[in-house]
Amino acid sequence: MKYLPLVLLALAWEAVVRLGLVSPELLPSLTSVIQAGWSLLKEGDLWSNGAASLNRGAAGLALAVVVGGVLGILMAWWRPVYALAGPLVEMLYPMPKSALIPVTVLWLGFGDGSKILLIFLGCMLPVTLGAFNGARSSDQALVWSARSMGASRLRVLWDVVVPSALPELLNGVRTALALSFVLLVSSELIVSQRGLGYLIGFLGEGGTYDGMFAVVLVVAFLGFFADRIYQLFVSRMLAWRD
Amino acid sequence: MSGAPQIVVEGVSHTYRPPRGREVRALEDVSLAVGAREFVALLGPSGCGKSTLLYLIGGFLPTERGAIRVEGAPVAGPGPDRGIVFQHFALFPWKTVRGNVLYGLQKSVLPAEECARRAQSYIELVGLKGFEESYPSQLSGGMQQRAAIARTLAIDPKILLMDEPFGALDAQTRSLMQAELLAIWQRTQKTVLFVTHDVQEAVYLARRVVVMSARPGRIKAVVESNVDRGDPHIFKSKAFVEKVDEVWGLVREEALKAQ
Repeated sequence: MKYLPLVLLALAWEAVVRLGLVSPELLPSLTSVIQAGWSLLKEGDLWSNGAASLNRGAAGLALAVVVGGVLGILMAWWRPVYALAGPLVEMLYPMPKSALIPVTVLWLGFGDGSKILLIFLGCMLPVTLGAFNGARSSDQALVWSARSMGASRLRVLWDVVVPSALPELLNGVRTALALSFVLLVSSELIVSQRGLGYLIGFLGEGGTYDGMFAVVLVVAFLGFFADRIYQLFVSRMLAWRD
Repeated sequence: MSGAPQIVVEGVSHTYRPPRGREVRALEDVSLAVGAREFVALLGPSGCGKSTLLYLIGGFLPTERGAIRVEGAPVAGPGPDRGIVFQHFALFPWKTVRGNVLYGLQKSVLPAEECARRAQSYIELVGLKGFEESYPSQLSGGMQQRAAIARTLAIDPKILLMDEPFGALDAQTRSLMQAELLAIWQRTQKTVLFVTHDVQEAVYLARRVVVMSARPGRIKAVVESNVDRGDPHIFKSKAFVEKVDEVWGLVREEALKAQ
């Protein structure tokens, strides 16, 4: 079975703590972490902070996908857009996006706005590049076929260029999805009064390490499930490929 | 053939200017007239500009020097009066066979019911009944090319531009498709401009074979091919073999030059 290594890891975790090989101060036992997680769930802390994080993540990512996707396709479709935005995209792409955390806080404060802006800015470029590369490689013969069957240039953009861009665009979105979790949790850890990242930091500072580990596990599972659900969605969208 | 020719190409030259690298002179002073309902092959070695000529007539590339007129009007861009079939099919991979064939019809003014009826009849004409809901990736090369031909025929173009349409198919499929294309041509009476580098294919299909020189492409000769296509043993007939020899002799020199 596929998840056997995960089970083994969980057993090893529990064992090293119980056998006294690792101090519970550094690594609380898995059972105590699960107990702490359960009480955080019952008391509602996990729900309220989780909802705050997911709202921010979803809003930032949605903006990134729409704006990034449109920008990437227009860059491939119309040279002036490429001339204007292409060099910027290339220069900004390798920049570590977490460096923007203080900038977005300066602009929009400690609330939701700065997190949403950070995720939007950080996740946009992978989507843009995916859309651009996909759209640029759309087959000339497909474009010509559509034109010869009466499609206007604008119509070809929608009928041929966008669907041609879709596989690479969706790949870019997957990168953006993973990145959104990184940016979300790190920005909440540093400057926030709500959210899962905030909760991790708060519990850690207060010495409630079993609770802190519980929230870290929740974030890890959320990231994993988000990716799984996304991949299911993609295989639906691209069912025509095989 | 009566009256003015349907397609007139006059003194056309074309140069490709890639963003990087040397420019390539693809066509040099080409003139050609094709009558309505004619089946003409453009034959020549690879890189001789025969496809370029087809793309110019299709309006996909701008005419830089010379003039191209279709039914008296200068070609200014692609249009549904000139349908095209490509070597690699160029089906929309995200649409089913039915979706592909419907695509051009839905751009017309026809009511939806009529579009659906026509799409179905062309799918059946090319023998793809039962594969309406298949995606191109689920079909063999021959079936994909049938779907592409159905898609082009469905918009009922007067002129069929075919760019090495059977070049990517295996030998058996190719010979079946050739016979089917002849049958479709006889039934629909469209003008066909057929680009190929296969001498046998050109002599078998086309009434007139236009032989082009190596790059830059010029028209080297135009050969009439009046072989008896009703003959089940046509490929072994003396007339066919001699015609192939004659055309091959013309192409051979150019093929050697192109190497």
